[in-house]
Amino acid sequence: MKARVHVMLKDGVLDPQGEAVKHALLGLGFEGVGGVRQGKVIELDLAEGTSEDTVTEMCEKLLANTVIESYRVELL
Amino acid sequence: MKAAVIVFPGSNCDRDLAEGFRKAGLDVQMVWHKDTALPEGIDIVGIPGGFSFGDYLRCGAIAANSPICGEVMTHVERGGYVLGVCNGFQVLTETKILPGALLRNANLKYICRTVGLEVAESQSIFTRAYTAGEQIRIPIAHHDGNYTADVQTLDMLEGEGRVAFRYTDNPNGADRDIAGILSANRRVLGMMPHPERACDPAQGNEDGARLFAHLTAALAEA
Repeated sequence: MKARVHVMLKDGVLDPQGEAVKHALLGLGFEGVGGVRQGKVIELDLAEGTSEDTVTEMCEKLLANTVIESYRVELL
Repeated sequence: MKAAVIVFPGSNCDRDLAEGFRKAGLDVQMVWHKDTALPEGIDIVGIPGGFSFGDYLRCGAIAANSPICGEVMTHVERGGYVLGVCNGFQVLTETKILPGALLRNANLKYICRTVGLEVAESQSIFTRAYTAGEQIRIPIAHHDGNYTADVQTLDMLEGEGRVAFRYTDNPNGADRDIAGILSANRRVLGMMPHPERACDPAQGNEDGARLFAHLTAALAEA
């Protein structure tokens, strides 16, 4: 089985990389780009039967820094 | 007095930090990240700058979960002293020994230059040789030194006099110009600037030397 973890900076935490991407898009002439937030996607190849709780524990212990990041687990 | 300097794959300021401790009269032992115990009788642990584990995932995240960091946490819980510089500061926030986190610099650039710092707090063994409000110059070299924490945490750090150093001209976007903070018991200091790079006439700057100079005496009293 696979799981996909989406990690994003929390709302309210400034994302300078997202801001730079936004400016680049505006520079390319794309209009109406109000905001860009950049995160990461982590794909995990897991033993069958691994519980969502285990993946959540992985997020809490390592994959996300919950001081600044939020995460979402997707079991595939 | 004994110091241990932790070495991770990718640490590159470990020997400089050891030299800073040695010049201050401490007996220094280097400790590999896979070691599961600190040497006997360690008074202070140094977590050096560098790019532990290639800064993969987040700066300091993988180092924070290495075997030796469990021992560092035990050392802290026992009331031990720790100095974390640059990547070492990032490791200390990732282990939650110190609050907050270090984000990518606001200008997205790696910044390597000497900056002005204000000593915001002289009540710690690391800063007692300075006068509160004194301005010093210390080099920085980082891509992720933009200190952030929620407002309550920032207020708490300021209220408890735990902001050790502030930038006089904020280079990286850090909240409230914070360059270094202390733990609640004031025995753990995490800072982005590199005092170990300003310890010797050959380095052209000795403003960092005083941070180390009084450690031996202070640890003997502690």
